[in-house]
Amino acid sequence: MYKLLLCWRYLRTRWIALVCVASVMLGVATMIVVNAVMAGFAHEMQSRIHGILSDLVFESHSLSGFQDPKWHMEEISRAAGGDIEGMTPTVAVPAMLSFQVRGQWLTRQVMFIGIDESTHSLVSDFGSYLQHPENRRQLSFTLRDSGYDTFDSQAEGQAGENGPTRPAMAGAGWPHRRMRVAREKLWREKMGARGDAAAEPARPIDQQVDAVLAATNANGEQPAATDDSAGPPSDSTSDSTSDSTSDSTQAAVAARRDPFRAVRPEEGDTMDPAKEQFTGIVPGIGLASFRDSDGVDRFLVLPGDDVKITFPTAGTPPKAVSDTFTIIDFYESKMSEYDSNFVFVPIAALQRMRGMFDPQTGIPSVNSIQIRLKPGADLNVVRDRLRKAFPAEMYAVSTWRDKQGPLLSAVDMEMAVLNILLFLIIAVAGFGILAIFFMIVVEKTRDIGILKSLGAGSAGIAGIFLGYGLFLGLVGAGVGLALGLAITWNINAIRTGVEWCTGQRVFDPSIYYFFKIPTIVDPFTVAWIIAGAVGIAVAASVLPALRAARLHPVEALRHD
Amino acid sequence: MTDDAMLRVRDVRKSYRSGGGMLEVLRGVDFAIEPGGFAAVIGQSGSGKSTLLHLMGLLDAPDSGEVHLDGVRIDNLPATRRDRLRNTAIGMVFQSYHLLPELNALENVLAPLMVRHSVLEWMRVRASARERARGLLDRFGLGGRLHHKPRQLSGGEMQRVAIARALVTEPSVLLADEPTGNLDEASGAGILDALCELNRRDGLSIVLVTHDAAIARRAARIVRLAAGRVADA
Repeated sequence: MYKLLLCWRYLRTRWIALVCVASVMLGVATMIVVNAVMAGFAHEMQSRIHGILSDLVFESHSLSGFQDPKWHMEEISRAAGGDIEGMTPTVAVPAMLSFQVRGQWLTRQVMFIGIDESTHSLVSDFGSYLQHPENRRQLSFTLRDSGYDTFDSQAEGQAGENGPTRPAMAGAGWPHRRMRVAREKLWREKMGARGDAAAEPARPIDQQVDAVLAATNANGEQPAATDDSAGPPSDSTSDSTSDSTSDSTQAAVAARRDPFRAVRPEEGDTMDPAKEQFTGIVPGIGLASFRDSDGVDRFLVLPGDDVKITFPTAGTPPKAVSDTFTIIDFYESKMSEYDSNFVFVPIAALQRMRGMFDPQTGIPSVNSIQIRLKPGADLNVVRDRLRKAFPAEMYAVSTWRDKQGPLLSAVDMEMAVLNILLFLIIAVAGFGILAIFFMIVVEKTRDIGILKSLGAGSAGIAGIFLGYGLFLGLVGAGVGLALGLAITWNINAIRTGVEWCTGQRVFDPSIYYFFKIPTIVDPFTVAWIIAGAVGIAVAASVLPALRAARLHPVEALRHD
Repeated sequence: MTDDAMLRVRDVRKSYRSGGGMLEVLRGVDFAIEPGGFAAVIGQSGSGKSTLLHLMGLLDAPDSGEVHLDGVRIDNLPATRRDRLRNTAIGMVFQSYHLLPELNALENVLAPLMVRHSVLEWMRVRASARERARGLLDRFGLGGRLHHKPRQLSGGEMQRVAIARALVTEPSVLLADEPTGNLDEASGAGILDALCELNRRDGLSIVLVTHDAAIARRAARIVRLAAGRVADA
């Protein structure tokens, strides 16, 4: 009983013990905050990786792929034993994406991925990352009239309030395409009439564009604003030009907009880019934009612009072919590796362009089959079943974790190393406890002699100091837990406060592509941190406790 | 010496390391206190009085010789049993009072009982123990000072708290090491009166160590130590 009483009294009367409490508290709070933030970042990263990748990827080693995806999917269903929720075939090839910005060609290395728009949403969250609400509901590779998001739809809070604005997207779609075509036409006319230009009075370029648009739109629709030149887009649609177009022309235009029917206008037809599009593609937003330090996205190209893509055919040896495509939307998974690398296209179009059809049977080939499993299914078990069922020389089966194995391992390793380093903070606190306890033992030597004269044993004396260490550890860890959780739950408010005080941006959304610091408090991790902190506090008190226990009672009583 | 001694030391020797050599403090001392006896051990500084008291109180072990309590040799018992005897059978009072500064008067008196009982046992006996401690403090005139810390008490009061603490376990023998050494004459007389009354009224065996012959004369028997040996008894 005396051990408890003395521990409590020592805790209340020894102010130097508060140094131990404070050091344990700071160590615990720091570990909780850092682990919560790192877990938040890791979770965000994993959910983004998994958002684009399906649970399992069944793929061919060859760029030419394998034939008859339907048969393969049936075999996969049979081998997986009922754990499969959905499957979709894809074709993926490395490619070069080229587009013009202010007359200069920019070329990017990309992965060109053909997807089946009707089934791809079964295996990934790709659709939810698109910028047009209608495309998020049901993906279509047809250019939309307008209505593209002018804010980040994945940002929390109200539109445009927390996230960066995207004013350029207001004019995206058909209005932007018509505006661009008009500009190009005007430019060609100016170049053709260069000799007469000096004789004409100069007009502002916007007025000239307006004049051209007025001439091309029989019903007098308003000109649309250009990409980032400000001003709202027109509500008018390309269909409004139908008054001046015959029914047969309308049918031809509608057919050409179908990317599965034709890539190019029929021979003999003249394509009007103001009314028609090439095969639609969805590039990652990182390929076409950059975010400035104010959090505003600047676009190099917009939905409605045409780009050129060069990619290899499926033959041996592969030959490079090039074609023109129309950007119909962007996707933003917020995983920069994907957002600045992937370009999606209708699978049928890509198969046709690459020659991935058997000329005799018409059976298509694909590179891979994306598989989503039912909730609760074990990824690795199904992967191993498929690996057994299909020859490894021809097919590779991997989970989304396998695909990003090095990255996920690096993050895990980073968290482990950081935890070890941070735990050294508590270890330093442990050394503080050790030193302070030795001091307290010296200070309390006479009390130890008194207790021994009253019949307290060595174990009892050691118990006082071990209990004291336990008390300090528990109090320090308890206060540290409260402090750590308080900081974690208010970290974005703290960030705002720090930014306001220092005038410096602490958390730049242009780097991280999200607007709030993500945090996840894992109770298991918190329990380990507290147990570790209390354990270190108790361990640090062992040596002083042993020293106290070994004191000779007579010498202790004579101690001054 | 008598055969029915309550506490007996027989031919005890004790040396301490001092400087480069050994200093022999006790050189074969025989001493006993009978039940209800009151003996004073007197001698000059360095004669071994306090060392003899520490050996009898099991705070130290003799180099040779034996210590017996109620006819049972106790100096060679395991540490835990010696701790137990110190807690139950022997009460000790020191010149410097040796109260625990973090505890108040009542808690200091209760300290030996808290040492004896585990937390659960303490919950059971707490009320009766507090009652007994209050009674003792009342008896020594400290009923109004129960919750005062040692630093708030005078020297005489602190020594009376120390005596109450020594008695709360109802020991067989009380060992007092210069209990009036730090007190003024009046306070010292009050402490001696209290010890004499305990011996006379309660029949408590007391061994009093002092260097003052006048104080020693209050005891029933005087044992003189000189150069580590009993000079006369």
